[in-house]
Amino acid sequence: MKHDRREFIRKAGWTFIGSGLYINLFSVGSTLAGPGSCAPQNLFAFIVDTETCIGCGKCVAACRTENSVPADNFRTWVERYTILNNGSVEVDSPHGGELGFAPVSFNKTDIQKSFFVPKLCNHCRKPNCVQVCPVGATYVSPEGFVLVDEKRCIGCSYCMQACPYSARFMNPVTHVADKCTWCYHRIRQGKTAACVQVCPVGARLLGRVDDENGPVARLLKARRLQVLKPETGNEPMVFYIGLAKEVH
Amino acid sequence: MHEIVTSGFLFPNDLHAHWSVMIVLYPYITGLVAGAFIVSSLYHVFGIKELKPVARFSLVAAFAFLLFACTPLLFHLGHPERALNIMLTPKFTSAMSGFGYIYSFYLVIVLLEIWFVYRPEIIRRARETQGPLKALYWCLALGSLNDTEAALALDHKIIKVLAAIGIPAACILHGYVGFLFGSLKSNPWWSSPLMPVIFLLSAIVSGISILIISYWLVCRFTSLKLDTACLTVMFKYLWAFFILDVALEGLELLTHIYESHEEWHIVSRMLSERLGFSFYILQLGICSVIPLIVLGFVVLKKMPDTIRIRLGLICSALILVQVLAMRWNVIVGGQLFSKSLRGLTSYTPGILGREGLLIALVLFVMPFVVMYVFNLILPLFNKETETQQQ
Repeated sequence: MKHDRREFIRKAGWTFIGSGLYINLFSVGSTLAGPGSCAPQNLFAFIVDTETCIGCGKCVAACRTENSVPADNFRTWVERYTILNNGSVEVDSPHGGELGFAPVSFNKTDIQKSFFVPKLCNHCRKPNCVQVCPVGATYVSPEGFVLVDEKRCIGCSYCMQACPYSARFMNPVTHVADKCTWCYHRIRQGKTAACVQVCPVGARLLGRVDDENGPVARLLKARRLQVLKPETGNEPMVFYIGLAKEVH
Repeated sequence: MHEIVTSGFLFPNDLHAHWSVMIVLYPYITGLVAGAFIVSSLYHVFGIKELKPVARFSLVAAFAFLLFACTPLLFHLGHPERALNIMLTPKFTSAMSGFGYIYSFYLVIVLLEIWFVYRPEIIRRARETQGPLKALYWCLALGSLNDTEAALALDHKIIKVLAAIGIPAACILHGYVGFLFGSLKSNPWWSSPLMPVIFLLSAIVSGISILIISYWLVCRFTSLKLDTACLTVMFKYLWAFFILDVALEGLELLTHIYESHEEWHIVSRMLSERLGFSFYILQLGICSVIPLIVLGFVVLKKMPDTIRIRLGLICSALILVQVLAMRWNVIVGGQLFSKSLRGLTSYTPGILGREGLLIALVLFVMPFVVMYVFNLILPLFNKETETQQQ
């Protein structure tokens, strides 16, 4: 009798360990096979020309309409920098710049320079958000787009803490992490991003880096471009023309 | 909904703190687990005999807190129904994905240790009781009523091994919680290699403190006799760990100030403008300085036991507040400045709601309810230390 029980416990133990291993291997396997494991090829890059942007905010409005971005949340926004002669830096972005900007309240003679900086997800080559997502809901598409799988995201907000650009927000409707996708759905249809399309001055460009005749590849070759927060080591894929040192 | 007070320029998505008071509570409760377990291990592994009166209690306390360590997370998640995906489909590059495994491993260790520690008691009750109670204890004994000397000796060996495994497990569990924050390079207030160590040490002191206060309260309101030697030893360990804890917290702050990185100007503004009371006055001031000095006297100076106990209790309570303030200052503080490094926001938890203070309070009280129910089935304290009140 005693022996039977011992034998039973032994077998139950092995079954438990075995099934645990199976589940574990299965889950690890499924994670590795998931979209998060695709090697980022970064076929696309985004170029923002801060010397051209006029701060009209059409890009922000177009993004909201195209992607049903909830009020008070932003997939993209525009910042206005006003650098005064005394060296102080004033930054504002009322409603993310969506409604444009009222004239600055400073004396014109006190202003050294003023410019607009559109911001959006940088679709980094080494994205923190992908690294920290505990369930692989944030992943890199085969083309190098950093995307969120709404059906997998658990809504822990870890990615929002990890993003150095604050490009992410918790969607109050879906309760999952949300962010700019560079309009991946439109790219797949051969279109360009909504913000790029509506920009009246061509301050935003999105295109393939391997298309040698394309504007993005040519600019990448011809111009000296900057990225935001290069010290994070994330290797952002949004490149800026004329980025001032005051911009974080 | 409280109004958000901002100053300077914030990135538009930085207006709200993503991690609420629930994420403050999560490391706080986890810390109590680690601290309580360390106390039980001091007795079981390191043979600190004076701690015998609280050896069982500390183990059950660790278990009770452990049961509720994850609940604040569930209240926080956007999709709590997907919480188990962390274990079922983990992404191992994420620091967070390991929590489920570490937590489960530790829970198994604590459960096993409790079972072995209570086995003689369960067997005795299975023999002495009748009816449904007998069935309950028989089930708890897993049908094995073998309490021969050889079996009990083997139990003791197993307890020692489990406690020995439990110590690094407890350290990993809480050091890991600190790592969750310390490894985020995007946040200058969190990103620090010292963070896991500070979390661990603060966990230990908070765990010892809650045991001291709970033990005293139980003795005060039941027939249990207070063991002064036991309390004195706990004061000693509390003081020792607290010295290390405060020293490391101070060193971390000093490093920030001395290095004065680009981000320091906004972090220091955040500390003075938003956390002036909870950081400078509570965490660094009253709740650190007073316990450090007074516990020194409690441990080193000769004084009547009643005064020693009172002073020690006050220090323990202050340390509990210090650790809670530290958790608040780290987690909330890290979200009060924008990554634009130009502006500050504010966070005030609501009273009601899923992530409100009321739920936080209930979650904090629940482990004590578990301990109470546990005590109805199996005693938290050894019988021989009990005396009837006259």
